[in-house]
Amino acid sequence: MNEHTRSFRDLSSETFDTRTLLKNAAEQAIDRRYEDFFIADVDSHHYETEAFKEIAEFIEDPVLRHEAKFQGTSRGGISSESGSYQEIAGRITRYPERKNEIVPPKPHRDIVLMERWMDQLGVDVAVMFPTPMLNLSNCPRHEVEVGLSFAYNRWLCDTILDKEPRIKSMLYLPFHDPEACCKIIEQFGERKGVVGFMVTATHYTRNYQNPYMKMYSMLQERDMPLGFHAAFTWADQSLALTNRFIAVHGLGFTWCNMLHMANWLVNGMPERFPKLKTIWIESGLAWIPFMMQRLDNEFMMRTSDAPLLKRRPSEYMREMFFTSQPMEMVDNRKALEVTFEMINAPTQLLYSSDYPHWDMDLPATIYDLPFIDMQAKKNILGGNAQKLFKLDPVLSPVKQARLAARKAAGIAGVAAE
Amino acid sequence: MPEVLVCKDGEIAEGGVRLIRVGREEIGVIRHRDKYYAYRNLCPHQGGPACEGLRMPQVVDRIGEGGILLGQTFDEDDMHIVCPWHGYEFHLADGCHVIDRQIRLKKYNVVQRGGEIYVAV
Repeated sequence: MNEHTRSFRDLSSETFDTRTLLKNAAEQAIDRRYEDFFIADVDSHHYETEAFKEIAEFIEDPVLRHEAKFQGTSRGGISSESGSYQEIAGRITRYPERKNEIVPPKPHRDIVLMERWMDQLGVDVAVMFPTPMLNLSNCPRHEVEVGLSFAYNRWLCDTILDKEPRIKSMLYLPFHDPEACCKIIEQFGERKGVVGFMVTATHYTRNYQNPYMKMYSMLQERDMPLGFHAAFTWADQSLALTNRFIAVHGLGFTWCNMLHMANWLVNGMPERFPKLKTIWIESGLAWIPFMMQRLDNEFMMRTSDAPLLKRRPSEYMREMFFTSQPMEMVDNRKALEVTFEMINAPTQLLYSSDYPHWDMDLPATIYDLPFIDMQAKKNILGGNAQKLFKLDPVLSPVKQARLAARKAAGIAGVAAE
Repeated sequence: MPEVLVCKDGEIAEGGVRLIRVGREEIGVIRHRDKYYAYRNLCPHQGGPACEGLRMPQVVDRIGEGGILLGQTFDEDDMHIVCPWHGYEFHLADGCHVIDRQIRLKKYNVVQRGGEIYVAV
């Protein structure tokens, strides 16, 4: 029997649209009934470069503002130290195509693009970070880092966070200038949508130095978490030995957080600031068991090296928070299960997509795991973030509509959450 | 096996893709070097729309005598379907992942008859 197709799509005539790219994600969300529970994405991104003309207007120093408007902020070309081919030389199509996506004049383009992917994935609330600014800490001119971080944070609060309650952020701290970090916490700590503060992890500073203690105290007093967001820089002397992106990315995104984690622990920061919550962002999970085993083994032989620690390093790590992406999932189910046990995932792991980046993870990476129960899945997908960031667990309008449709249709299993 | 008419031969441009929906499944019909291939538009990795990405040839490290790297090139005879979500690559010829053949796109037979292209579903 032959049957004519009634409709077809011809990709050559389609304009890029996030909703189309992610339509299979929306099917996953429907199939798995994500409308039954709250999902928070603790690490997602936008490209602040696209709004950089706006952001530059928020720079207070007129000389720096002029320079920023003249130079822009786009990354360099293939030969620059930060130049890379994260998008696998065009294979991840949302990188080159994103600029062609058509959005309505209001609300802000970043809000529209965020909401489009969030709705398709089933995410209710997302913590949004910038992208190229993750390497701003490598700028040799510290006053530029400070000026841009104030401008970006003001722009973000005024333009995005004030306007859209589903988008939150942990604000960028210019880590080379501890006093400026304190000013940012004072100035923006109460702003709508600010759920914590974030250090990008590719800096070359020592997080245990005395000038930082005031900042940690301030965050502890405010009960606001401090995130270390991993990144990589090809300018790093060791990583400059790599010639393929997979190597610089695979090592760089874990190495920088391993370095800061080791310093954080052996200098006894968890004992000095026992109520300060730390989040280790975007290094995946496989590095954590390694660090736990390695540090515990060495610590038991030389406790005098870390005299502030009253317990094994792994015990402090087990009380920290970790974001899930990029979760190592290829042929390693046993290792992943052990990792979940070692980090106490049901209370400490926070789902993150990292969308729109090339190695993004969908909620199904957590939802489909065979070795944790449904309550643990719900915790990781949203409940842990809800507690940590004191989020209001409101479902997105799309999910509310889906739930209402199910109720109207009398479909069983509608959760009362 | 039922056949679904996709289009007339030549309606899909060389290197192009037409996506058709059969029930809940979307199928990508790809034309490459005047041959047609059909796969489910669903990546076995995380569910991305595999047929909506680029087709890219196998990248080859050219190694000379004594293990010397001579440079890189493309093997144009081994075209890949690249999932646009994460970059998983599958041989266009059979839909198998380029490293792990157990990971594969669902393949459909393509029938060319009377100047028309059909997919057997």
